[in-house]
Amino acid sequence: MSDTLIGFGARQRTRPALRVSGRAVAVRLRRFLSPVLLVVAWQIACSSGVLSTRLVASPAQIVTTGWSLLHDGTLPTNLSVSLIRAVSGLAIALVVGVSLALMSGLSRVGEDLIDAPLQILRTLPALALVPLFILWFGIGETPKVLLVALGATFPIYLNLHKGIRAIDPKLLEMARTLGLSRGRTIREVILPGALPDLLVGLRFAVGISWLMLVVAEQVNADSGIGHMMMDAEDFLRTDIILVGLFIYGLLGLASDQIVRFLETNLLAWRPSYRAVGRTS
Amino acid sequence: MSDVRRAPSGATAGQAVIVEGLTKRFGNGPAVLDRLDLAIAPGEFVALLGHSGSGKSTLLRTLCGLDDVTEGTVSRPSEVSVVFQESRLLPWKRVWQNVVLGQDGADRRARAEAVLREVGLGHRIDAWPLTLSGGEAQRAALARALVREPAFLLLDEPFAALDALTRLKMQQLVSDLWVRHRCAVLLVTHDVDEALLLADRAVVLERGRIRTDLPITLDRPRRHADPTFERLRATLLESLGVHDA
Ligand SMILES: Nc1ncnc2c1ncn2[C@@H]1O[C@H](COP(=O)(O)OP(=O)(O)OP(=O)(O)O)[C@@H](O)[C@H]1O
Ligand SMILES: [Mg+2]
Repeated sequence: MSDTLIGFGARQRTRPALRVSGRAVAVRLRRFLSPVLLVVAWQIACSSGVLSTRLVASPAQIVTTGWSLLHDGTLPTNLSVSLIRAVSGLAIALVVGVSLALMSGLSRVGEDLIDAPLQILRTLPALALVPLFILWFGIGETPKVLLVALGATFPIYLNLHKGIRAIDPKLLEMARTLGLSRGRTIREVILPGALPDLLVGLRFAVGISWLMLVVAEQVNADSGIGHMMMDAEDFLRTDIILVGLFIYGLLGLASDQIVRFLETNLLAWRPSYRAVGRTS
Repeated sequence: MSDVRRAPSGATAGQAVIVEGLTKRFGNGPAVLDRLDLAIAPGEFVALLGHSGSGKSTLLRTLCGLDDVTEGTVSRPSEVSVVFQESRLLPWKRVWQNVVLGQDGADRRARAEAVLREVGLGHRIDAWPLTLSGGEAQRAALARALVREPAFLLLDEPFAALDALTRLKMQQLVSDLWVRHRCAVLLVTHDVDEALLLADRAVVLERGRIRTDLPITLDRPRRHADPTFERLRATLLESLGVHDA
């Protein structure tokens, strides 16, 4: 990038930089090297019969299956069902988690009423509630969406609550000396100050949402990526199962990118944000 | 703030700030402020000195309404602004939004721009606060205080965290701004020279009361080399318990 013609003295200085960027390219290639080698080895193992396709489908097989699932509509249908479940569960979690955190973060009474029970509840593994949810809500969409919502509510609540409580008291004092009303203090000082924590919570919540969804769809469902995979199990279709896994991976990756995008845009005021975001 | 009473008429009328018999203690500890009296005239610049822990910030917090008056009376103008040692800017609002925080009106940005120019920060109007240098942040805090056109400006060691050179510039700036705005000022400082450069009067807080009240009658601009400056300096240092050898 710095290979334009510059003055003699300057050029001498850019040389080490060039070498560094060359090394950076090599590092990037090296990162791709091992996954590519792995896939190649996997394909060879399958083709030569070392690995039984009853246990693991070959990469080529996965690609063809993925392609045909895409074309006959199986994948788009199930994917959209799963997406709707995840997004609605997450939306419920956002509304509930944010409301609870606001109530307990902004008032002492709210804290006494809300925080203690939630701190106890959060120690329960949410997945242990699957049988109860099926008993309560049957096997329709409700238990799946609610399971996602339940799992995702806690990280949102906990992080936002912590963020509200951790607002610098000096800033709150400043707001008082400026004569800001309570409502305005909440809007201009407390909420923006707690936003970084809310986004951390959201990132955890997204991860948990997928986890809850995988379990909910595999335990009982007649549609969704999880169901598609469970169905494939009956017919020993490891290729379909692996396509499902791959889709889950992509979904996790994509949602993480969305949260990252939100962070870089909403937290633009943090000068070091980009650098911090990269290293994490 | 219901404890803050209107100024009584008569002898004390014509003062911007009147503190009478103000007593303040934390818990069951000794009184930090002990029946303190203080009056500041409109447009008067008062420097408040005293040892660390003598109660300067406590007095200032009561004067700006952050702490309630429990014993004694305080009367002060309703338009009061404060600048603390830290700028206390909201990191998520741009500099100009910080300056007019809580202000209404369509001309908010224009007003912020004008006052930021005045403090020499016209080029950082749209900057994020975390990208400002220490001196710039204090200028922004000063702009935020001034945009409200206070009748009484409280400064709690506003330059203490700045380097010597920046501090000199900021002192000059405060002096210029005070000449232009003519509000009553109470400046808390540890720096005797700063008090002598800026203030009309230096008061020393000791054991909960104003024990020294020293008018500074030097002409402005003031110079350290002035023999009167030297004399006042020795007096102030003495009242702070620091003796020149
Ligand atoms: N919230 C509080 N609770 C208990 N004690 C306090 C509180 N605030 C101040 N104090 C005590 O009151 C005394 C005066 O404190 P203050 O902050 O007013 O001192 P100061 O003169 O501003 O000192 P410095 O020059 O170091 O800023 C100190 O002994 C301090 O410990
Ligand atoms: Mg102090």
